[in-house]
Amino acid sequence: MTLGETLERNGISRRGFLKFCVTTASLMALPPTAATAIAEALASARRPSVIWLSFQECTGCTESLTRSFAPTLENLILETISLDYHHTLQAAAGEAAELAREQAMHANQGEYLVVIDGSLPGPGSNPGYSTIAGISNLQMLEETVAGAAAVVAVGTCAAFGGLPVADPNPTGAVPVSKVVRDKPVINVSGCPPLPMVITGVLAHYLTFGKLPELDEYGRPLAFFGQSIHDRCYRRPFYDKGRFAETFDDEGAKKGWCLYRLGCKGPMAYNACATMKWNGGTSWPIESGHPCLGCSEPDFWDAGGFYKALSVPTGNIGGTAAVAGLAGVAAGAVGGYLSGRAKKDARTAHRKVTADELEQKL
Amino acid sequence: MMTPMDFLLLVRGPLFVVAVAIFMLGFGIRLVEILMLGRARNFAEPRGSAMLGGFRTVYRRFSPDPGTFERAPFDVVIGILWHVGFIVALFLFIPHVELIRKTFGIAWPALPNPMIDAIAVITLLALFAALVQRLRDPVKRFLSTPQDYLVWALTFLPLLTGYLAYHRMINPYPLILGLHILSVEIFLIVAPFTKLTHMVTAFVARWYNGATFGRKGVQS
Repeated sequence: MTLGETLERNGISRRGFLKFCVTTASLMALPPTAATAIAEALASARRPSVIWLSFQECTGCTESLTRSFAPTLENLILETISLDYHHTLQAAAGEAAELAREQAMHANQGEYLVVIDGSLPGPGSNPGYSTIAGISNLQMLEETVAGAAAVVAVGTCAAFGGLPVADPNPTGAVPVSKVVRDKPVINVSGCPPLPMVITGVLAHYLTFGKLPELDEYGRPLAFFGQSIHDRCYRRPFYDKGRFAETFDDEGAKKGWCLYRLGCKGPMAYNACATMKWNGGTSWPIESGHPCLGCSEPDFWDAGGFYKALSVPTGNIGGTAAVAGLAGVAAGAVGGYLSGRAKKDARTAHRKVTADELEQKL
Repeated sequence: MMTPMDFLLLVRGPLFVVAVAIFMLGFGIRLVEILMLGRARNFAEPRGSAMLGGFRTVYRRFSPDPGTFERAPFDVVIGILWHVGFIVALFLFIPHVELIRKTFGIAWPALPNPMIDAIAVITLLALFAALVQRLRDPVKRFLSTPQDYLVWALTFLPLLTGYLAYHRMINPYPLILGLHILSVEIFLIVAPFTKLTHMVTAFVARWYNGATFGRKGVQS
């Protein structure tokens, strides 16, 4: 059964389907003609096999994907791909679940997509920190990815390590891209990522058979090309220098910029400001909270969520005081030594008397 | 490989601490050494207050005497322009005030961003004009040492990278923000050991001059 037929059976109208295709094309900055291509490709596509691996994660990515838009096309797309293995969504358990994964791998050798949420203990760390069915995450990733067409790292944990990689990183966690070297990896970061970004990437892959253009962090440029700051509706307040000082002051009530409250918008690249959450209802900054920069690497360690972006992460005040005192002490020693040298030189200086001079003459 | 974010976290964290420590240590050594050099005792009877005279001169030297202005109006105007611009951008830009507040616990009102933006442009142009003048004027060129050009570059770079970061002209943002912070760190590290020390010693020297005048009862 093709994807188009499945959608029809699920009550998705042709109009609704085309609307999704047009939205996807425009979101990914593709030309208008691409919408037709997406529609044709998706309608006739066979259900592609997807194996979803969950490692050191909180299931927030799956929650984001399945809950926020239900029941919508994005949701159905995930149902209509052949999701052959997914801890949270599959009915099978135990050995049957692992069997499903192996069967999907053998049946679609070289063609299936691997979606991963969560980071995994790296090659150098104890594999026992995270196992599934007695198999270490690293081993499962390597054997599953071996026959895959491409890998999609969903969520900041899979893309950049996320929370598990935060200092001191007790499990030696690494992102997927540190382990998978020989397959294309696309990072759909965010904690959690926007559902439309996940489905957009999958739709792009099903339509064109390749991954979209990526930025230097391996993220699709169409969604991660602009910063939160550039698209923020509070940006005029930033430019005017109007800032909320606390979460409930007059500035906050008037919707002023949240920079001073720690907003990481200037360094966070994501589509939240334009696509928003929960079916376009709102997004963190609109609800009065500064951006955490959750789609960026090391966002847990980036100097505190409520500290302004320009504030250094280290202990400057204490170090400056100690270094200043040390400098004063060293200067005092230096001053004393050169003072003594001056005094010694003065003492050692032999004064010539007039008589001595006359004797020499 | 180091990502732009790794770079930003490095310059915002350990490197900044190191730079501030070297700055404080260096200035501590230089200042105390200078002050401990001491001066020969003046046995003449004081005719006025040394302390008051000192502070008066620190303040008065901000405006150039007419002779200097007539001889070198360009140097006076450009010099004042970029020094004031630099200090305003440094101390009245919101992210900088935020840094000072989080570091030292004191803060003051800042200027709106577009004003700082305009001041930064003026400062950059003035600094550039100063460099052109230095290169074109035969006497100045002859007197200039490599350190003069180094100091110029170290002053120019924080402003330039700050401007580029504010206007997001280099992507990704963590890279240009990191470069801005790095340029400031180099400035901080080099400052105590070059003629940039005048940011502190100029006031000491002015005060000393003024104190001598004040003691002699001269209204300088």
